Amino acid sequence: MTAREVAGLCIAAAVMVGAAIEGSSVVTRKPEAGRVTVIYWEKWTGDEATEMRKVVNAFNTSQDKIFVQYLSISGVDTKTMLATAGGNPPDVAGIWLDQLCEFSDAKALTDLSQMARESGLGPDYYIKGYWDPLNYRGGLWALPSTPASIALHVRSDLVPADVATPETFPKTIEGLDKLAEKISKRNSNGDLVMAGFLPSDPGWWNWAWGMYFGGKLFDADKLTIDSPENVRAFHWVQSYAKRFGAKEVQSFQSGFANFASPQDPFMLGKVATEENGVWKGSYIHVFKPNIKWFAVPFPYPEDRKDLEGHSNLSQDILTIPRGAKHVKEAFEFIRFVQRQDVMEGLCEGHGKNSPLQHVSEEFFNSFITSNRNKYIRLFDELARSPKAFSTPQIGVLPQLENEMSVAFQEVSTEEKTPEEALHDAQERMTALWDTYKDQVLNQ
Amino acid sequence: MKRRDARVGLLFAAPWIFGFLIFMTYPLVASLVSSFTNFSILRPPKLIGLQNYNELFHDKVFYQSLGNTLFYVLGAVPLTTVCAILLALLLNTKVKGMSVYRTLFFLPTLVPMVALGTLFLWVFNGDYGLFKQAFLKVHMTPPGWLTDPNWSKWTLILISMWGCGQAMVIYLAGLQDVPVSLYEAAELDGAKSWAKTIHVTLPMISPVILFNVVMSIIGSLQIFAVPYVMFPGGAPARSAYFYTSYLYDNAFQYQRMGYASAMGWVLFLITLALTLIALKLSEKHVHYESN
Repeated sequence: MTAREVAGLCIAAAVMVGAAIEGSSVVTRKPEAGRVTVIYWEKWTGDEATEMRKVVNAFNTSQDKIFVQYLSISGVDTKTMLATAGGNPPDVAGIWLDQLCEFSDAKALTDLSQMARESGLGPDYYIKGYWDPLNYRGGLWALPSTPASIALHVRSDLVPADVATPETFPKTIEGLDKLAEKISKRNSNGDLVMAGFLPSDPGWWNWAWGMYFGGKLFDADKLTIDSPENVRAFHWVQSYAKRFGAKEVQSFQSGFANFASPQDPFMLGKVATEENGVWKGSYIHVFKPNIKWFAVPFPYPEDRKDLEGHSNLSQDILTIPRGAKHVKEAFEFIRFVQRQDVMEGLCEGHGKNSPLQHVSEEFFNSFITSNRNKYIRLFDELARSPKAFSTPQIGVLPQLENEMSVAFQEVSTEEKTPEEALHDAQERMTALWDTYKDQVLNQ
Repeated sequence: MKRRDARVGLLFAAPWIFGFLIFMTYPLVASLVSSFTNFSILRPPKLIGLQNYNELFHDKVFYQSLGNTLFYVLGAVPLTTVCAILLALLLNTKVKGMSVYRTLFFLPTLVPMVALGTLFLWVFNGDYGLFKQAFLKVHMTPPGWLTDPNWSKWTLILISMWGCGQAMVIYLAGLQDVPVSLYEAAELDGAKSWAKTIHVTLPMISPVILFNVVMSIIGSLQIFAVPYVMFPGGAPARSAYFYTSYLYDNAFQYQRMGYASAMGWVLFLITLALTLIALKLSEKHVHYESN
């Protein structure tokens, strides 16, 4: 080999080694002097990320043994999964509740039961509706970061005066339907310009409509997608397509802008009522503080008064992936987030209710006096309601939510009858669930 | 070749060979093996024979996504081919400032796919989109480009024209290789523009057309980014749910890497079959200079 060849080889090798070292430094932790570095990946961006960063900074300055390195990243679920498979996961991952069962079944999470027990974090510390979904197949796989409950938001300036208060607003779904019919408006071309209510706006919880009619999607190890209650709910969904015209609704809705903007349809007055989460008040406060609105529990079917006060609960969660290098320190940070004052600060920053049993008056007052959400107590009450429900605890939840969305769209576009759409979803999900049990749960 | 030259050649090719082995050969072999396993990424793969393939052939969404993809291929490939050839013919004329026009027509292909998807969400918006305004100007009701299951794929087919600049450049290069003597001979025989295009230009660039069509088929079968941005989850009602979207969801959303690998290999076989069909069908219509 000539000297030139040797030099060429050396340069090529140096480039490769350099790339490997540099690449490695991107994914490994840089130790803070004398402190354990905990890597924390979180999905939030923007204001929500800023609020969490405040919590991380507070934790880092509260002690001198652990340093939390906070990274706000997109696609946190996929990246956490791949990093876990690769043996280099973050110590804390902020994912969605919807993924908890899937991740837990895949043995991707650390069971927090014992550490939580030792820290005094248990069912008495949290609201039941938020605590129960964190427990799955005998383990505790996460603790909450911020939760939410869902209610019907109403523009009081767009509904008749006799129903423009929480006390006088229709309590039943039939009442809501009549009101929606009465107040919806069309222009001279016949195009919809204001809808009293649309089940497809914002369209984030298409799986949940059956629950508002007393149904379930998963019961005693069986999928019940095509149960009579779910079919009834989807008939109700389709009634709106029939009432306004499927194509008219599609065209009207395609002009709806992002919810986190002043062009949000509710803020613009394109819809008079909207099912949405507790965070809606904060967005209104930022983008359209002058509009008049109130929140009420989502109405119940006339013949099911027992469902009064129902709400859909959701939450963002903190987990410790399997193989995390500093489990104890990671839990120390998660424990810090659960402190009442810290949790209330974070929830206030995110414009959400607290997941904790004990909530201070200052917390509620901060929302009310700043005019961010005068109905914060309602969202707290809804979270505590025995009728509140969360996503079904099943490992194929992402597929189930997708199938329900497809069925919802098929019904909304009048491509299929509710019976057909839900039957197809039931058939497909049953096959997927059987495969999942065979390939994941029984392994 | 001298031994020493071969060594130097290999040395210079080493980074590519290294990359090919690590980033192409290994994943190819690994995905083939994975396709016969129950593999969730987070757990060790377990051999299950042909179960993934068997499930695939009974999966309605597999057929739906494949149908959507083939529909798109059938619409987008001819449309982009015709559009690119017409543009190339136009840009092959002798007009002042032609290099500027060529650049302008090529520029759109440089727009990143995600930006493209976002841009067309505005263009096709059913409430305030440009297309809606254009339809209203001529007193026509626009279709639900983004919301009607019958129109979603057509919307994407129309958008595919945006990327025909790349093929256009290749056609342009092909056009400039057509010997002038052939046109002169055709003119002597009394051929007009149309006859020259049909009987001289197209046969002479037929190998280029074949190449572009094959590449376009392969590219269209792998359509992913634009529908992923414009039609999340393939909505409405999975009408815009394409093969690669379903493959991606299985791999990274549902943690079914084995199943997704099987899908990848089926797509490879479909692509191979369509390419061979295109080559076979082209035998009588493609003229090579060596012939």
